[in-house]
Amino acid sequence: MIDFLFEPWPWYVTGPFIGLLVPTMLVLGSAFGVSANLETLCSIAGAGKISDYFRVDLETRMLNLLFVLGSVIGGFVAANWLTIENYSIELSSEAIASISSLGITDTTGLQPMDIFNWNFLLSSNGLIMLCLGGFLVGFGTRYAGGCTSGHSISGLSGMQLISLIATIGFFIGGLVSTHFLIPLILTP
Amino acid sequence: MRSVLYILAGVIFGIVMVKSEAVSWFRIQEMFRFQAFHMYGIIGSAVVVGAVCMTILKRSGLKSITGESMKFPQKPPLYRSGLTGGIIFGLGWAMTGACPGPLFVNVGAGYPVMLVVIGFAILGAFVHGIIAHRLPR
Repeated sequence: MIDFLFEPWPWYVTGPFIGLLVPTMLVLGSAFGVSANLETLCSIAGAGKISDYFRVDLETRMLNLLFVLGSVIGGFVAANWLTIENYSIELSSEAIASISSLGITDTTGLQPMDIFNWNFLLSSNGLIMLCLGGFLVGFGTRYAGGCTSGHSISGLSGMQLISLIATIGFFIGGLVSTHFLIPLILTP
Repeated sequence: MRSVLYILAGVIFGIVMVKSEAVSWFRIQEMFRFQAFHMYGIIGSAVVVGAVCMTILKRSGLKSITGESMKFPQKPPLYRSGLTGGIIFGLGWAMTGACPGPLFVNVGAGYPVMLVVIGFAILGAFVHGIIAHRLPR
């Protein structure tokens, strides 16, 4: 009877669940958003000594960091205890064809093991995709004042124009990267 | 007590993000190639539910659990940096297949390589903070 828990959950269940986190975080006294935690981690590491930008009141920020800690635990719980063995995502056949053309032939599992392994990370392609990619995520979200959670979900829920503009930016960048840069980097 | 609730909310977020497959590089590729409705369904329905709940909360006059009246934070209307920063983030989002939330969720889900990606994301946030006063807004 509880088999459905171990199957992938459909978008019309998970989407509203994520939407409910918006009022949940407001009731808890802050706003739903993850990327500010990247700055909090800088502040904790002592970045305040280098720039006043990182001298912040850490009290509520530590609470948000606990949310991030929880999300790591949640990821562990879902992947280890709520997932069937030999699990693969039901991608559209068009997506499988496009991804294969990038040289990623193993489309089993939650993530492509061709990308998320240490050997690829240390290759020149891996340095661009994962290290430069990570840098752009950190720099870009903070310059934009938020990420998918803070702008595209929380901000759009509050009908904020800045969040719509930022979300349009996310998609311009994502489309350029997907259709131009990534094929240039990965195609064998 | 408040700390426990934050952790709990995070746990729910992490579970839902894995079970929705929104943390997957595959799903992000599929989204940016417009090859499935899946990700648009997740984000779209999240926004609809979020917007309805926020409207109700605003009208209710409910207090937050700290006992203060509820705050509805507004992002500063810095449109130029919103668009430019957004484009920069989007480039990296497609490469890593992860926005900041999924970066952390993936570590728990068994992809320790993401710790390095997080390290570089923190470096990106650090560099932004150092030069923030010189960037156009």
